[in-house]
Amino acid sequence: MKVDRVFKIILISGGFLMVILLSAIFLSLVFSSISSLKEYGIRFLFTKEWDPVNLKFGAVPFIIGTLLTSFISLLITIPFSLSISIYLSELLKNRTISKLLQTLIELIAGIPSVIVGLWGLFILAPIIRNIQAKLGIQPIGVGIFTASLILSIMIIPYSASIGKEVLSLVPIEVKEGAISLGATEFEVIKGILIPTSFKGIFGGFLLSFGRAFGETMAVTMVIGNANRIPKSIFSPGQTMASLIANEFTEATSILHLSSLIEIGLILFIISVLINILGRVIIRKVTF
Amino acid sequence: MNKLDYINKKRVIKDKIFKKFVTILTFISIIPLFLIIYFVSIRGFRYLSLRFITSLPKPMGEAGGGIFNAIIGSFIIVGIAALISIPIGIIVGVFLSEYKETKFSEVVKILIDTLQGIPSIVIGIIGYIWIVKPLKHFSAISGSIALAIMMLPIIIKSTEEILNMVPQEIKEGAIALGAPYYRVVLKILLPYGFVGIFTGILLGISRIMGETAPLLFTAFGNQFLNLNIFKPMSTIPYVIFVYATSPYKEWHNQAFAASIILIIIVLSINLIGRALEKKWKM
Repeated sequence: MKVDRVFKIILISGGFLMVILLSAIFLSLVFSSISSLKEYGIRFLFTKEWDPVNLKFGAVPFIIGTLLTSFISLLITIPFSLSISIYLSELLKNRTISKLLQTLIELIAGIPSVIVGLWGLFILAPIIRNIQAKLGIQPIGVGIFTASLILSIMIIPYSASIGKEVLSLVPIEVKEGAISLGATEFEVIKGILIPTSFKGIFGGFLLSFGRAFGETMAVTMVIGNANRIPKSIFSPGQTMASLIANEFTEATSILHLSSLIEIGLILFIISVLINILGRVIIRKVTF
Repeated sequence: MNKLDYINKKRVIKDKIFKKFVTILTFISIIPLFLIIYFVSIRGFRYLSLRFITSLPKPMGEAGGGIFNAIIGSFIIVGIAALISIPIGIIVGVFLSEYKETKFSEVVKILIDTLQGIPSIVIGIIGYIWIVKPLKHFSAISGSIALAIMMLPIIIKSTEEILNMVPQEIKEGAIALGAPYYRVVLKILLPYGFVGIFTGILLGISRIMGETAPLLFTAFGNQFLNLNIFKPMSTIPYVIFVYATSPYKEWHNQAFAASIILIIIVLSINLIGRALEKKWKM
């Protein structure tokens, strides 16, 4: 039938539209960063000056800043999100409380990033400043560490929900078998659950890392915005995302703008790679 | 006490410590939710009033003024984003569930995962390159397009998931009765999954309603009430960011008040979506 043919064509072209959209996004980023790509080439990734006045651009401080914040936030996240997944899927038997806790945790993920940033800037940063003063570190408050802390608040719900899903895939017979042999719940979790679902949990952490990598607003508000390599984890820094957020509308020269878009391109490529890898791992586990 | 008893006791104690530890860490994890809502509320409620919601911003440094323009702007920009995103999302979702077995749909699935993983700030750059640059000025529509791209994967995935849950028999029955394929999809599959798809749309909207990064260099902001989608338009998240990072105490306070409004809007859409989700999943 004619209508049916048209209908099928519409559906399939929906699929093609996605191919076009993704390619268009990638190509737009490449073409718009062409003057920076031509001017600096691969050196862009190894130069640490970022000087819009003298038109010297290099990505090193921001790559380091991004890696540092995402790694630290992941380190903070791991024990918490693992605990949540284990507690909700294995230990908590009360379904009502479990549902409630889960909703509360998911609500954290629902808070807009800019509001988490606002809280970080006006409430958390002063507290950290006080602690720094007491410890004898230069009291700044904002910086790599504060940003990592904020980031971990934002990615804990995300990795916890993936972890919970992966843990729930372990067949109940295996657990029952171990318990009937006299294993304690701790031994079941440590000896069976975690090792069997390790791959999935790892995939989940990879995806969370990818998310921390590209998170922008909250980080921009608390990282201190210093375009240099951070001296310690308490000093102000800049991530690739926060740099773009801070400088994009102020970029007057073509080279500056195209360097910022190239940073966006790097961010795009790395996030896409992390994401695909994470999802491939998780898909293999869930099927 | 013999040795075996000792070992068993140790194991039990280890088990207990572990459980305590896991429980405590779980409860610590939800503390930030309350801390954020608590502090934003106590700092914002004093400045929240009907006047704040219904009046326009005052010039820099002057006391008073509200965010009426940003509230209207948020709804316009998100509304247009939804109008762009919903039909495309549903089409692609139907495509994925109807053509599950094909290689091409596998590729499309990976692309959608990829799309979801793109940092929001990069989507903002895309909005700038595609719309702002050719038009040579910031505009609400460029923000809507950026937000639509962010909303798309959420709608596609929920549509696909719901349609996959429609019992095969219903479809087969309809086809056996001689119904044309398009009618089966439009009159049977989509109505069957309506609540689920609608849930996906709500969750998508609550997600993009609070997005700021894609709007920084697309919709930008505007101190005045603007209804023209080809001009810069203010949004609540954008106002929060600009006010929070300004040097004015008055604006800081307004950022907190605006945050209360945004939290209420975002979390209530989110909760409605979740409530609906529970209904159809049962």
